[in-house]
Amino acid sequence: MSELPLLSARDLGKLYGARIGCEAVSFDIHEGEVLAVVGESGSGKSTLLKLLSTELAPTSGTIRYRMRDGVTRDLFALTEAERRFLLRTDWGFVRQDAREGLRMSVSAGGNVGERLMAVGERHYGRIRGTALDWLGRVEIETDRIDDLPRDFSGGMRQRLQIARNLVTHPRLVFMDEPTSGLDVSVQARLLDLVRGLVAEMGLAVIIVTHDLAVARLLSHRIMVMRHGRVIEQGLTDQVLDDPREAYTQLLVSSVLAA
Amino acid sequence: MTAPDASLPLVSLSGVSKSFTLHLREGMRIRVVDNVAFEARPGECVVLGGPSGAGKSSILKMIYGNYRCDTGRILVQDGDESVDVARAEPRRILALRASVMGYVSQFLRVIPRVSALDIVAAAAAEGGAAQAEAWARAERLLTLLNVPERLWSLPPGTFSGGEQQRVNIARGLAADRPLLLLDEPTASLDAANRAVVVRLIEEKKKAGAAIVGIFHDEDVRDAVADKIVDMTAFATEKAA
Repeated sequence: MSELPLLSARDLGKLYGARIGCEAVSFDIHEGEVLAVVGESGSGKSTLLKLLSTELAPTSGTIRYRMRDGVTRDLFALTEAERRFLLRTDWGFVRQDAREGLRMSVSAGGNVGERLMAVGERHYGRIRGTALDWLGRVEIETDRIDDLPRDFSGGMRQRLQIARNLVTHPRLVFMDEPTSGLDVSVQARLLDLVRGLVAEMGLAVIIVTHDLAVARLLSHRIMVMRHGRVIEQGLTDQVLDDPREAYTQLLVSSVLAA
Repeated sequence: MTAPDASLPLVSLSGVSKSFTLHLREGMRIRVVDNVAFEARPGECVVLGGPSGAGKSSILKMIYGNYRCDTGRILVQDGDESVDVARAEPRRILALRASVMGYVSQFLRVIPRVSALDIVAAAAAEGGAAQAEAWARAERLLTLLNVPERLWSLPPGTFSGGEQQRVNIARGLAADRPLLLLDEPTASLDAANRAVVVRLIEEKKKAGAAIVGIFHDEDVRDAVADKIVDMTAFATEKAA
């Protein structure tokens, strides 16, 4: 139980001018753990995700990450090339809007194969074979491999985004409201798929969601954010079933049986 | 299961108190239990007794880490290590749930698209059983609990309440966990199925598991209980 965390955030803060994006956020995450960050819009959860994925530079605090070679590094002290390598291979980022996470003018197979090429795979047959395998794993008919994602339904696009992100066997995946624009039945299927893949691959996942039912289904731990601060965190079922803070009690009581 | 040391309790509570503060009700405080103390040893079934509202379910949920514990200690034995659930990190509690303690309620949280057999086999596999053994156990439990074989390959979402409940019991008992927390698993089961559950509990006790349970039915309670803890002894006045 004492192995080192994969990612460790300490006193993380971001100011937009005088306005607080988020402040004093600290947590660890290990491989195999799914951490949900919940809160209403404006709570700072999206800012936090941008800091963690190095899209934004923090105003204060540190993020340390254990690289594939076992050395723990300060994310903001990496070279640009090292950072890009992380984003392309060791990390995934599943966006709320699939159009931001996919290349809409590239075929489904190309979307998956591209990430493989970024890690140096050059053999066309192998790339196509792996892409086919991944389309199957995310339940996309393999005869759709040459179709463009713009012809896919919302649920299929999200599944393709997941395949594109997981094909390089990342250790950490960020997800930003991955199920929000989808019909409920499509959501359930996607969540079920994500849950299976996360367990099978032992991924660490940081998922931002406003949907407590999604957090309950997918995550082991939860952080509740409000006004840029983490007001409560712990085991997901404990925080949702026995919430301590007034705001968390309000959130939990505001949804139909999560 | 590793050979349990019969001298060590697998779970031991002392000074455990619990209250809920309802911020949406002007901070009203509901005190549930005060100063609870009991323990369960390998092979022992401890039944929590007392009327509804005495805090029986809350105690099981606190041992499982589902509810917070305000004061006191809840020590769960994990091999040579004793873990205080009241203070443990989430990661540590998850590890206990993965290998040491199981919780069975009367309700099945339905997982969409997963068949009844897969649900039970997965639970056995998570508890460390090899794949073939996991399937065998799942089939045995579903058979014993009279879940018709034609339903095994279907997700239990569409099953009757009783069938879902029996799938849930099968899932809860599929893994070899040294500590079992049973929250009225037999509620609304018929006599034949209650008898099956009694037999399965006896098997778990023989294998060295400690069980803390709530049983509404007197016949089940009389058959399985080694010790009854009267929860009214830890009662508090409801509002403070």
